[in-house]
Amino acid sequence: MISRRDFLQTSMAAAALYGTSGFGNWARLAAQQALTQDKLLEFDTYGNVSLIHVTDIHAQLKPIYFREPSVNIGVGGNKGAVPHVTGSDFRKLYGIDDGSPSAYALSHNDFSSLAQAYGRVGGLDRVSTVVNSIRAARPDALLLDGGDTWHGSYTCYQTEGQDMVNVMNALKPDAMTFHWEFTLGSERVNEIVGGLPFAALGQNIFDAEWDEPTELFPPYKFFERGGVKIAVIGQAFPYMPIANPGWMFPEYSFGIRDERMQEMVDEVRANGAELVVCLSHNGFDVDKQMAGKVTGIDVILSGHTHDALPEPVIVGETIIVASGSNGKFVSRVDLDVRDGRMMGFRHKLIPIFSDVIAPDAEVSKLIDEQRAPYTSALSEVIGRTGDEQTLYRRGNFNGTWDDLICDALISEREADIALSPGVRWGPSILPGQDITREDIWNVTSMSYGEAYRTEMTGEFLHVVLEDVADNLFNPDPYYQQGGDMVRVGGLGYRIDVTKPQGDRITEMTLLKTGEKIDPSKTYQVAGWASVNEGTEGPKIWDVVEAHIAKQGTISLDPNNSVNVVGA
Amino acid sequence: MELTRRQTLTIGSGTFAFAALAGLPAFASLTDDAVAAMTNGAELIDGGIDITAPEIAENGNTVPIAVSAPGAVEIALFASGNPTPAVATFKFGPLSGSRSGSTRIRLAKTQDVVAIAKMEDGTFRQASATVKVTIGGCGG
Repeated sequence: MISRRDFLQTSMAAAALYGTSGFGNWARLAAQQALTQDKLLEFDTYGNVSLIHVTDIHAQLKPIYFREPSVNIGVGGNKGAVPHVTGSDFRKLYGIDDGSPSAYALSHNDFSSLAQAYGRVGGLDRVSTVVNSIRAARPDALLLDGGDTWHGSYTCYQTEGQDMVNVMNALKPDAMTFHWEFTLGSERVNEIVGGLPFAALGQNIFDAEWDEPTELFPPYKFFERGGVKIAVIGQAFPYMPIANPGWMFPEYSFGIRDERMQEMVDEVRANGAELVVCLSHNGFDVDKQMAGKVTGIDVILSGHTHDALPEPVIVGETIIVASGSNGKFVSRVDLDVRDGRMMGFRHKLIPIFSDVIAPDAEVSKLIDEQRAPYTSALSEVIGRTGDEQTLYRRGNFNGTWDDLICDALISEREADIALSPGVRWGPSILPGQDITREDIWNVTSMSYGEAYRTEMTGEFLHVVLEDVADNLFNPDPYYQQGGDMVRVGGLGYRIDVTKPQGDRITEMTLLKTGEKIDPSKTYQVAGWASVNEGTEGPKIWDVVEAHIAKQGTISLDPNNSVNVVGA
Repeated sequence: MELTRRQTLTIGSGTFAFAALAGLPAFASLTDDAVAAMTNGAELIDGGIDITAPEIAENGNTVPIAVSAPGAVEIALFASGNPTPAVATFKFGPLSGSRSGSTRIRLAKTQDVVAIAKMEDGTFRQASATVKVTIGGCGG
């Protein structure tokens, strides 16, 4: 039995390091505070096993800015529960001071000001330093990658993921699971996975034709660490062929398959596993629900929904660890495993402040080598943000990056309405910052980036919005896909998140005329990232680049076109 | 890249898939009728029968469904939202090693898949699972 006292031995790296601050001069106070690498990495090594978790890096090799969401609505049993807590509520919940490093890392308020003070986050050379430091204290620590690693940048697109494979291999992970990797196409995925020097796991990755497990992706792998027999079970993103183009990987089938997860847990326990770790790309609410159904998992390392939590969430005797995205965080979890069971844990979510953590020179060099052939294309300045304009995406509804992309679609593709996918990746841009080609690709890059233009009736537009809304706001997490609401341009609507599918979306309005959307009328709609094979159109990054180049300086009007109720 | 006007006007042929999503009448009553015909109105007991189905269909045209009911002589499967709900009936004899079956079915829209088992003692057991059929896209 794990005692409550053991469970409470958790900490957030930068939390409580600094004193209080006053509203209005956060940035100045922040600048006065000296973070050090030693403070960030300080950890009293505990127990006999260490896990290191990174996830959802989305090909961000270099330090970036990344604003956390201001809107993250939970529904059903998860209303108001973490990770559906943002801003000041989040800081209050975890005892984080306004203006502190943790506030900058974990909440959205005063983002651009704090970003000026604290600088960029992430960078795989910094992540490598953190991993090395943990390995110095615990040489046999397990490094586990939750996936969404080989997607999301210019160089990743050009090299079909090879840049990320090369750099991650230098960090020597022990196992990985998957999501966006499959959008490289099954042939390329099979090629890379066949040569990986570590385990590619997914108990829910099946052969689509025969509905049986694959040989390439085993369900689990055993490790002997610290005298403990550890089983790591992989759980890939369950809804890959639905949320992403299934025609790119037709040989594979996924699903949650929690009955098989239970079988695998029972199997590894029967084979002597003293610690069972699930490396998951389910998304946080799905992991929480799965932890309540499947017994015998000690630790779920949760990915997909990009949540960064300063403490694990505990369901029964399972701890769930969420480690953020885009290379911004590394989680360290130390465990005391004795007599065949987990007796306690110590946890730290380490924010990768790139100006504080020294880069690992070898990995820096490796990253530069990956980028060298593309340097001039990457660094070309296309435009800049206005003095009051931050560009970000993360949140349940349109972020400013989404507004800009939708503006580009409407203007460059001469449409009434624009639709843009509700993905959660993509770094932020500060006010007065140059927008380079690399920045544009960071929020648009994908293997199916064609910007289509088509006609849709008002009725079908309503069906689309209702369908996506149910993927986000279905009260049963097993029916959620983990993305955010489809972003819209030129269209306003009201959404009641408490209603069932078909009744959530009302008051759809065509913004350019102020008229209500007519179900029988046809509208010109531009969008991108269609999951359908054969989609035609220019690439979205070219559409956005052309638009930004014409604008020069980007200053967007505030977007008040979505009225959210029931949150 | 400069977009020419011609490129700009390229009409994208692909967009969201048109699934049969709207305007279908409710077929639940058809399922109720078919179940009543099977059971002669006998009471349906929950439990003792398992149905395995994906929460969200990867392809609504071919959804894998498995049913299992130890001690069943017959298991019938219904897609309550399809125009013709009856999908399959599996019959088992005394020598059947396992009272289970699996098949792939087409689902017109989000709906409950219902399984009814007739047991050796003449009672009836039921289970159902909601399978969501979605347009897809826009994920994570």
